[in-house]
Amino acid sequence: MSVPEEAWPYIAITGMAAATFLVRFAGYWIMSRVPPTPFVRAALEALPGAIIVSTVVPLAMRGGLAAWIGVAVAAAVMVLVRKDIAALAAGMGAVIAVRSFGLG
Amino acid sequence: MPAAPAPPRVPCTFAGMVEGARLTVPLLPGTLVFAAAVGATSAEKGLTLGQAVFMSLSVYAGASQLLGLQLWPQVFSLSAIAAIVVVTMAVNLRFLLMGASLQPWLSRGPAGPVHVGLAALTDANFVVASRYHAQGGQDAGVFIGAGLFMWVIWTLATIPGHALGHLLTDPKRFAIDMVMPLTFTAMSVGLFRLRRDRLAWPVAAGVAVVTAQLADGYWFIVTGALAGSLAAGVLRERA
Repeated sequence: MSVPEEAWPYIAITGMAAATFLVRFAGYWIMSRVPPTPFVRAALEALPGAIIVSTVVPLAMRGGLAAWIGVAVAAAVMVLVRKDIAALAAGMGAVIAVRSFGLG
Repeated sequence: MPAAPAPPRVPCTFAGMVEGARLTVPLLPGTLVFAAAVGATSAEKGLTLGQAVFMSLSVYAGASQLLGLQLWPQVFSLSAIAAIVVVTMAVNLRFLLMGASLQPWLSRGPAGPVHVGLAALTDANFVVASRYHAQGGQDAGVFIGAGLFMWVIWTLATIPGHALGHLLTDPKRFAIDMVMPLTFTAMSVGLFRLRRDRLAWPVAAGVAVVTAQLADGYWFIVTGALAGSLAAGVLRERA
């Protein structure tokens, strides 16, 4: 059996999509089968924040000074103004500004 | 001993879906630029416009699309495809944890719409819905509406990126590489609970940082999140 040349990218993309849909549903399905003990409830309640912290801190470290300044500015604006759009704009602006000065 | 009362059902309304879409609006500029960067990278790697749109529509997960494209071969083989698929799954393993964290809430809503929402699960609707629920919101439509709205935006924004090409292929320009961490930072402010998180967050951060030193890719999200979540389970306030 030979696969036509132009079909390969579609096969690769379909494989990427299948893998992604699998992980989208798997966590939900697994949790439907885990009894909601106090331990599980406490762990799940803390999970969104834990995911966020585990994403931001290493990426900021990889991103260097500009990334740290961007994260700090975004967090500070969010605490002060409570507007997502302002926090994101300020954070992105800070990263672009710091990098344009050749830092980070 | 009487059985515990069944937890109340969760509503899923059209108004909730509209509210979910509205809550993603602050994320639109970052999402548009990120999607355009993915479209531009697709063009650079030789994907046709149709293939680029098909990828954004079917995969709909930006970081994994960028990394999958980094592995895009000139000549395809089964092993090249296997590598792309494995990397995609590894980068998106965080969705497994996100789905798990939403399950106690969403499982009390209607199964059909909830699974449509899960099909659209990404970072954006996860943070929007998590914060909405943490602040007392119950309508499952918010999660579903946010996901479907972002799905359309994401797919459409791939098109100008593919056309504009080289302007956008350096993710550091316009701080595209910082879209996800900065979005998460802004969202985290509304999620933090001192009693619960003062120990879980440092544990998560510490394990994530150590993992990032030891392993390539995005494994640090999975190990850090699991460690922080388990720490919160172990250290929970005992009644």
